[in-house]
Amino acid sequence: MSENVAIIGIGHSKFGTRKDVNLPELAWEAIKPALDSANVEQKDIDFYVVGNAGMWSSEAAVPSLMAEYADLAPKGSMRVEAACASGNAAIRVGYTAIKSGGADIVLVLGIEKMQESPNPTIIELIGRFGSYFWEFENFGLTFPGYYAMYGTAYMAKYGATEEDYAKVAVKNHYYGAKNPYAQFRKEIDIDTVLKSPYIAWPFKLFDCSPITDGAAAVILASEEFAKDVEDKIWILSQGVGTGTANLSRRDDFTTLPSASYAAEQAYKKAGIDLDAPWKYLDGANVHDCFTAPEIIAYEDCRFCKRGEGVELIREEQTYIGGRIPVNIDGGLKAKGHPIGATGVSQAVEAYKQLLSQAEKGRQADIKNGRWLTHNVGGTGHFTYVTIYGLEKR
Amino acid sequence: MDELRKAIEKNMEEFGFPVTIDERLGTLQWVDMRELRLRYVICIENIMPFFEGMREGKLITTKCKKCGRLFFPPQKDCPSCRDSEMEWVELKKEGVLETLTVIFVRPPSFADYDPYTVAIAKLDDGVKITAWLKGDPQKVKVGQRVKVEISRRKEGYLMYELVPVE
Ligand SMILES: [Zn+2]
Repeated sequence: MSENVAIIGIGHSKFGTRKDVNLPELAWEAIKPALDSANVEQKDIDFYVVGNAGMWSSEAAVPSLMAEYADLAPKGSMRVEAACASGNAAIRVGYTAIKSGGADIVLVLGIEKMQESPNPTIIELIGRFGSYFWEFENFGLTFPGYYAMYGTAYMAKYGATEEDYAKVAVKNHYYGAKNPYAQFRKEIDIDTVLKSPYIAWPFKLFDCSPITDGAAAVILASEEFAKDVEDKIWILSQGVGTGTANLSRRDDFTTLPSASYAAEQAYKKAGIDLDAPWKYLDGANVHDCFTAPEIIAYEDCRFCKRGEGVELIREEQTYIGGRIPVNIDGGLKAKGHPIGATGVSQAVEAYKQLLSQAEKGRQADIKNGRWLTHNVGGTGHFTYVTIYGLEKR
Repeated sequence: MDELRKAIEKNMEEFGFPVTIDERLGTLQWVDMRELRLRYVICIENIMPFFEGMREGKLITTKCKKCGRLFFPPQKDCPSCRDSEMEWVELKKEGVLETLTVIFVRPPSFADYDPYTVAIAKLDDGVKITAWLKGDPQKVKVGQRVKVEISRRKEGYLMYELVPVE
């Protein structure tokens, strides 16, 4: 049993079009630095978890592939799938394994090699992440389409505009340009977004996160093992929520109930005041698979009141120096969104920010020593909110 | 993909392998020779009346006999009372438009369609429904009245759609 669990090592591949490596080679780019920075060897790993949605890539038995390629056999492992939240779901498995005493050191790998399939195939496959029969089979919903219905409803209810949504993309590209691991390292302006072609109205190309290859890894350790490690952060709490398969089974399209629930659980478990939780945090990574969902995430995570998320982006309150810096690694939008790797990449970012190891121009001020990550799978089907801290609880 | 196929056939002949050079990175790629085709067979036996209803132009769904809970999409079991005694009731085919999107970039399996509008409406009976919305999406507004119509689609099968009420 270990009351507290720490992240003692991290690794992150370059995100983007990674047709220069195959899947295990890409994974190794994250595993090697994670082992190095944690100062552990493969034999020290008790258990490992792989977050990977797959389908678009050829290899399915990724844990076994890594047992072979990275010398992890015969240790126990599993592959975890929770759509775009597969990464944080994998962290959840490692976290609970250590908490329950089932392991002392766990390697968590998030990986996706989406570009092994052509774009149209990927559009087809991700569209099926909703309710297959009632949404995809008959009405051809695409992933941008599901979230666009949220975007439309939010515009109708709170008077947000397509220009407001564009501001999220501008911010995330601004920070992505400063992140050497990001897929897009180019700043953009509002016009770039507004003049890009429609994908699913009201979303245009630059409202959407890209199709990405990438890997990220963290080493989790028990309190006993972590006590002598210098560079580490602690998992203070996790909240997990599940939403209905069909959007039509939800009350409102301006919030993800799974995310509101997960955030509330995470704050309560971490002993953080629900009225103004942002005052206890130094920053956050939220699941900006599209621009509007970032604004909805501000509200679901209680960084502001309902309907005021759009004000936060208008007033640049989620830039460094504002109320709460959000996605200052470029977010899914500019850093890229390799489905299974995203949640682990968010944990890597929490580690770098809290230990003040982020690259020049994108380091937040660390005063409270806490960072939040919000990782959503499907169309709000699964949400994992994790709060990390410099000090254990 | 046709170009890719031609390229790998040529490369197989010349170099002996189904390979190609990635245009952007200049790196060598093996092009999979095994193509997977998927078509699911999904059981609708227990919601058959829903499809029979559509044949008569009706939208019918399940309602729990015990607690009165109304379900759409229809389902066989009521989780509220853990009972499976359902009755089939007809829904009023009118309601209010709650949200919409226009799908411009379409999945390959919908390539035969022009950009289409997908909307969610709340029917007057209280349940919500996701469907295509007929007509010009620029002429509709969230909050306006819509009705449900059942018609035959391009592929040849019957399906419900939303239609704006003038
Ligand atoms: Zn009942």
